[in-house]
Amino acid sequence: MESKGDFRAPVSQTPHTIEKPKDTSTIGGMISVEINEKKISVPLGTTILEACKMAGITIPTLCHHEDLCVAGVCRICVVEVQGMRTLQASCAFPITSPIKIRTSTPMVRKARKHVLELLLSEHYGECYACFRNGKCELQFLAKEYGIDQYTFGHVTEPQFEIDNSSYSVIREMSKCVLCKRCVRTCIDLQEVGVLEAIDRGDKTHIGTFLEKPLADVICINCGQCINRCPTAALRANDPSDEIWAAIDDPKKHVVIQTAPSPRAAIGEEFGLGAGHSMTRELNTALRRIGFDKVFDTNFTADLTIIEEGTELIQRLYKALVKKEQVALPQFTSCSPGWVKFIEHYYPEYLDNLSSAKSPQQMFGALIKTFYAAKAGIDPADIVSVAVMPCSAKKFECNRPEMNDSGYKDVDFGLTTRELARMIKEAGINLPEMPKSNFDSPFGEASGAGLIFGATGGVMEAAIRSVVEFVLGKKAEDIFEKANIIPLRGFDGIKYMEIPIGDMVGPVPKLLQSLVPNWDWLKGATLKVAVAHGTANAKKIMDDIKAGGKFSECHFIEFMACPGGCIGGGGQPIPTTPEIRRLRAQAIYSEDESLELRKSHENPHVVKIYQEFLTEGPCSHLSHKLLHTHYVKRGRYIA
Amino acid sequence: MLVMEKNAMTEEIELLVSKYGQSRSSLIPILQDIQRKHKYIPDFAQQEVARLLDIHPVEVFSVISFYSFLNSSPQGKYIVRLCQTISCDMQGKAAVAKAIERELGIKFGETSRDNKFTLEFANCVGMCDQGPAMIVNERVYSKLTPEKAVQILNELK
Repeated sequence: MESKGDFRAPVSQTPHTIEKPKDTSTIGGMISVEINEKKISVPLGTTILEACKMAGITIPTLCHHEDLCVAGVCRICVVEVQGMRTLQASCAFPITSPIKIRTSTPMVRKARKHVLELLLSEHYGECYACFRNGKCELQFLAKEYGIDQYTFGHVTEPQFEIDNSSYSVIREMSKCVLCKRCVRTCIDLQEVGVLEAIDRGDKTHIGTFLEKPLADVICINCGQCINRCPTAALRANDPSDEIWAAIDDPKKHVVIQTAPSPRAAIGEEFGLGAGHSMTRELNTALRRIGFDKVFDTNFTADLTIIEEGTELIQRLYKALVKKEQVALPQFTSCSPGWVKFIEHYYPEYLDNLSSAKSPQQMFGALIKTFYAAKAGIDPADIVSVAVMPCSAKKFECNRPEMNDSGYKDVDFGLTTRELARMIKEAGINLPEMPKSNFDSPFGEASGAGLIFGATGGVMEAAIRSVVEFVLGKKAEDIFEKANIIPLRGFDGIKYMEIPIGDMVGPVPKLLQSLVPNWDWLKGATLKVAVAHGTANAKKIMDDIKAGGKFSECHFIEFMACPGGCIGGGGQPIPTTPEIRRLRAQAIYSEDESLELRKSHENPHVVKIYQEFLTEGPCSHLSHKLLHTHYVKRGRYIA
Repeated sequence: MLVMEKNAMTEEIELLVSKYGQSRSSLIPILQDIQRKHKYIPDFAQQEVARLLDIHPVEVFSVISFYSFLNSSPQGKYIVRLCQTISCDMQGKAAVAKAIERELGIKFGETSRDNKFTLEFANCVGMCDQGPAMIVNERVYSKLTPEKAVQILNELK
């Protein structure tokens, strides 16, 4: 579709703050503001909320979220502006002229209290029987404003049925306060468009297309809405009761794999600041809870790099040497939210999606085949749990095609939040745990697998291996400390070109059955791109459709969630840009501290190709266990 | 919906989009035209409008659910909306309502079996000085009496 950006300018799509002039001396400049008799000067267009933050004054907010555009619907952030008859919502008031603001007058306090009491009058539920107890923004505000009675009443019956049709997201609209954060997340941030306000006036509620259950609409299960909901109206489908039951059953062998992003974020649930990696403490805690084995998902992340990288080389070889028609660019398939997004919105591009499974599902298939045989355990008795930063992983492990081991490959997907609760329930204070290592036979993994958690990480890991395969040189000789900086950071779309030049190395043993030499890559330039958040993914897909710059790429990484897995829908609440940055930092510094930083150097990966997948990557057995196929879902709902 | 009906619907909406433009602000005129012709906006039409305006189906549904004059479920050929606000009420709305219900054999909020009439209450239609008033499709009838209302409906039958 041609430049639709021009005429698509809804109110809700405008950036959440008015763009501040970069050179303040030329455009209006600084404006002096008086807040509670304190004078500060702020750039033109700063909202009152931001100005108060600069002045060190806290304004309560409910519908406001740093990732989202302004809504101004909850009215909890009202302040008095001198000369204006009514109270103003500070989040939606850009300062354009010198003003005097008062943030704590009797009128303001009374209005805020009334807003809260009115919200509570329609908010169903008792706090102690609620999973957000202690973490609910409404509860927190009620406490802060000393609400001690229901002045306007309180509903005692649920007003809506609970929608638990989805494997991932449960909606309990009786607890909704209509802040529309989920709507703005789904429509603006992710451009998936599942949720919107339905009906009018006192009947208004958040609903789906034709009020269908969530499982029947185009929900990609990314869970970003859960991460932004201030109350318990949206929550993940929690399997912890079933996991406890498996742990308590002596016949079951319960294994757990932990992904890098939950490890970088779970400390936040135990009162630590963002950016503390808890990998080894978590290993001990999991064993104390009663898991029989603790494995590192990074191992299969390394395997993913080998399989996906080999698939890319195969595709390029077919296209460049054999002149066959192949689908290029190749897309990554690690993010189950992204996979469902493309299945719905761009089903004609499913051939471009790498057939390699995500690390979680690869591990699931290996645990119930390779590991079961090695440990001498009947796979029927193995319960395989995956700790993921993601709610879509719950859907992914329930996909009917994910049964390649002959059993359900991964039994339960557990989010970071749910695991933190299980650990607390077991009476364990995670940060105090002694450190311990992962269990064999998979053992430790490389730093390349670790950085899968941050946007650009999959691509960085792939390139570290690909340049070593093709050029025969060390990645450290090409990129300083093997850190590929252009692929890092939080730009929505990142693009990089890697010239191969005329010097190519010998073909490594692992790939000798697939390509005779690298001469056909001489002088070529490898073009790669990275997108995170499905809104950015959509931009790239539309560009490819129009035959633009990205259609010439060879490999593109897509992650459904903003920031990649570290900003996933199963991560601790809240998730803000700053928190995402700190979590990414934790992952990158852990990677740098490791000896082993390239997937193909992981000795356990080398060993599994010697012992089990003896025909090499992308062979018959690896296709059976480690690769999958996708479903053309389309965008229509019947 | 049959494939042929779907194709006809798509063609119809494409025509409307080229008439009103592809911007989001064309949504309501497009929906009004579909409503006028079909008396409701079918599921498939909502999704096609969304696709052609590059918005999400749920946004279209949200707009339809907001406005009383847009429907997402089938309605009768004639949608009868009787004003229920205070001026019309004081000028004899209740008697008119009873007469209409008796004549059509359905209650307010229902559609007759032959899909000819849908009965609804409306909030103020702006004819407070000439109540009771009702709107049938897009035509306003004022100063109703039970007999007059029945006569109007019988002429439509």
